Amino acid sequence: MNILWAFIVGGAICVIGQLLIDLTKLTPARILVLFVVAGCILGGFGWYDKLVEFAGAGASIPLPGFGNLLARGVKKAVDERGFLGVITGGFTAMAGGVTVAVVFGYLAALISSPKHKK
Amino acid sequence: MATQSDKKQYDEMVKAASPASTVGVNCIKAFLVGGSICAIGQVFYNMFHNRGFAKEDAGLMVAGILIVTAIILTVLGLYNKLGKHAGAGSVVPITGFANAIAAPAIEYKKEGLVLGVGAKMFVIAGPVIVYGAMASVVVGLIYYFVK
Repeated sequence: MNILWAFIVGGAICVIGQLLIDLTKLTPARILVLFVVAGCILGGFGWYDKLVEFAGAGASIPLPGFGNLLARGVKKAVDERGFLGVITGGFTAMAGGVTVAVVFGYLAALISSPKHKK
Repeated sequence: MATQSDKKQYDEMVKAASPASTVGVNCIKAFLVGGSICAIGQVFYNMFHNRGFAKEDAGLMVAGILIVTAIILTVLGLYNKLGKHAGAGSVVPITGFANAIAAPAIEYKKEGLVLGVGAKMFVIAGPVIVYGAMASVVVGLIYYFVK
């Protein structure tokens, strides 16, 4: 059942992105930035976690979920170490995902040769 | 003559009809592809969660699997093909972020390992990380003073 909700909510978030691309001429890069910041702000209020509880991966896998992860991380860090948590929380929370993407992105570049444009 | 005006009429009809329906079709494709990626993520999440992994760890493992898969598809040239059809459906999930790191890294390899691969990797991911970090500091500051 939660797989169905992940499908529906995750799909709906992507539709919002598609509407922004088609109707506002925002570039995908700007939409990613917008989504991460929006997710972080919604996460700051604790609202996005409610969506994650309900839709699981449908809310955490789209980019707003990445923003929410940052908000969750910074709040946890502030709880644990006070003001210093403000500067460490965000990067601590994104460390895992970004490192995996950087390491495998780097390996991908090493093993492949650039495609010639047709 | 008749065919020419027919053609003209047809062109106008196509012009009038296509913007809205293109957006509609794009949205359906984005929904199906984006939803599927999230559903696959949920399947893995359930698997890890059932084996007793903590929420955060299971979440990171799911993200890791999706990121690595997206990068493999990028190397094979398949993710870009998917993106041509899926639009935001392949951009908005974390797999799109992984693709945004791997694709320029591969494409700019010829400019060297430092300023090619190392720098271009962050052409799109960089802004996401920068604004994500900014937003997290703002949220952290407010949280520190309000809580």
